[in-house]
Amino acid sequence: MDGDVLLQAIASGLLIGMVYALISVGLTLIFGLMEIVNFAHGEFLMLAMYAAFFGRSLLGLDPMLSMPATVGLLFLLGVLTYRGLISRILHAPMLAQIFATFGLGLFLRGLAQFFWSSDFRSVQDPFLAGLSGGNVNVGAVSLGVPQIAAACLAGLAFLALYLFIDRSRTGLALQAVAEDRATASLMGINSDRMFALGWGLGAACVGIAGAVLATFYYIYPSVGVVFALIAFITVALGGFGSVPGALVAGLLVGLVEVVSPTLFGFSPAYKYAVVFGFYLVVVLVRPQGLFGRF
Amino acid sequence: MLLEVSRLSAAYAGVPALHDVSFGVGEGQIVALVGANGAGKTTTLRTISGLLHPVRGQIAFRGQRLDGQPAHRIAELGIAHVPEGRRLFSRLTVRQNLLVGAHGKRARASENEAMERVLTMFPRLRERADQRAGTLSGGEQQMVAIARGLMLRPVLLMLDEPSLGIAPKLVDEIFTTIRAIAREGTTILLVEQNVRESLELADHAYVLQTGSTIADGTGAEILASDLIRRAYLGI
Ligand SMILES: Nc1ncnc2c1ncn2[C@@H]1O[C@H](COP(=O)(O)OP(=O)(O)OP(=O)(O)O)[C@@H](O)[C@H]1O
Ligand SMILES: [Mg+2]
Repeated sequence: MDGDVLLQAIASGLLIGMVYALISVGLTLIFGLMEIVNFAHGEFLMLAMYAAFFGRSLLGLDPMLSMPATVGLLFLLGVLTYRGLISRILHAPMLAQIFATFGLGLFLRGLAQFFWSSDFRSVQDPFLAGLSGGNVNVGAVSLGVPQIAAACLAGLAFLALYLFIDRSRTGLALQAVAEDRATASLMGINSDRMFALGWGLGAACVGIAGAVLATFYYIYPSVGVVFALIAFITVALGGFGSVPGALVAGLLVGLVEVVSPTLFGFSPAYKYAVVFGFYLVVVLVRPQGLFGRF
Repeated sequence: MLLEVSRLSAAYAGVPALHDVSFGVGEGQIVALVGANGAGKTTTLRTISGLLHPVRGQIAFRGQRLDGQPAHRIAELGIAHVPEGRRLFSRLTVRQNLLVGAHGKRARASENEAMERVLTMFPRLRERADQRAGTLSGGEQQMVAIARGLMLRPVLLMLDEPSLGIAPKLVDEIFTTIRAIAREGTTILLVEQNVRESLELADHAYVLQTGSTIADGTGAEILASDLIRRAYLGI
């Protein structure tokens, strides 16, 4: 086993792991706030990627330039999803809540297929791919600029989100509502607004992830499925509702996915099987996840 | 009257808990609500603060109807409810709990002064400011709960069992604090297991039995009435 190859795998795993973490934190934020799993999370990501794609093909804007708009649109999508759908099923049985978000996901996927066909698309000449020839070499390790940028942006977004939740007045109110919405209302906090904000933020995280993924990933209606699956695992692994847990678990999943084929010499086609196997082992040992709080 | 509750009835999922509750709280008063376990004291406070919507009856605060309004809007009118069992945000620190208490628009502007005021009132909380609320002792948690209520700069402070499960020495401290809060001009509606102490403290008291107010008088009058003491208060 070549040390450089392993190093290369570790670096690549950590980079994609940051993106997984960012996608997952949106999911865990919503769950931590109101104990609802957004099964349309992957489709939110898919829409963000299409937004980046059309920004380029229709308006000539690079995904990095259209990112603020993509994030804004996704925030709006999250708020609208809460207002139009989730707020109506807040007190419904869990199964109804599952079907509602799952159904929304299927609907969005169908819509994308109908309007945009199931062709695989990719963003033409993304700025990042052209930067420094598209690669950065550190010793024997070579990393793609888009992947590095994706990881850095994901890290920045993660940090901003963490500071917002931990330090700002609104962030504290979000935490208060997450723990005890009735008592929070006695402090003048409107939990309905906080829920809408939580959905907006959760979707906005996916907006950033989608914009950067669009620079190096194919875009098609069901592109969100595999990312959503990974996000569910990451959230369960990190502990449902835990923000630091999403970060650690995202990095772990990225590492396991990329390093294990290299390390054990099997085909990368089985990488997800290994990720799911890893997940099963962890939840058997620690059902609440790494940072779980129950 | 600052707060006027008339012929209030309320239910939990269709099961009646309050039948006919009527009482008033005058500006600057300390009013006690006493009664046996399950009489409906907590339910009365929850209905006033909007956590529970009344089935019938009216609640008026400074002449404005409260019944049917959501809790967060009632809080903005200056009614702080320190709930039974404290209900702190356990994962937040003491300071963060207090900041959440000042979330409303009415409290936000004077947040710093309010923080200074409650930390002076409860010096122990200053030492514990960065500790997670869930790891505090019962007595300290109760101080945070009261302090968090005060952060709202309330006109009316409703306290539900502030001495429950607290060491006797601290109970005295809490009652002294309640008296001090009242002296500074905040009106207080008090629900207490410590019937004797709360009646000694109260300007006026109402006796609640199985969801109805059945007697009232000054604290001293209720304490002096053998019938009420034996039949409804068990003291
Ligand atoms: N969440 C609830 N769901 C259903 N019934 C409830 C609920 N809370 C209280 N009750 C019922 O309402 C009635 C009044 O209860 P409440 O808690 O208001 O009494 P209380 O006077 O505060 O008693 P305690 O001194 O024990 O605190 C009781 O019969 C109680 O069983
Ligand atoms: Mg009670």
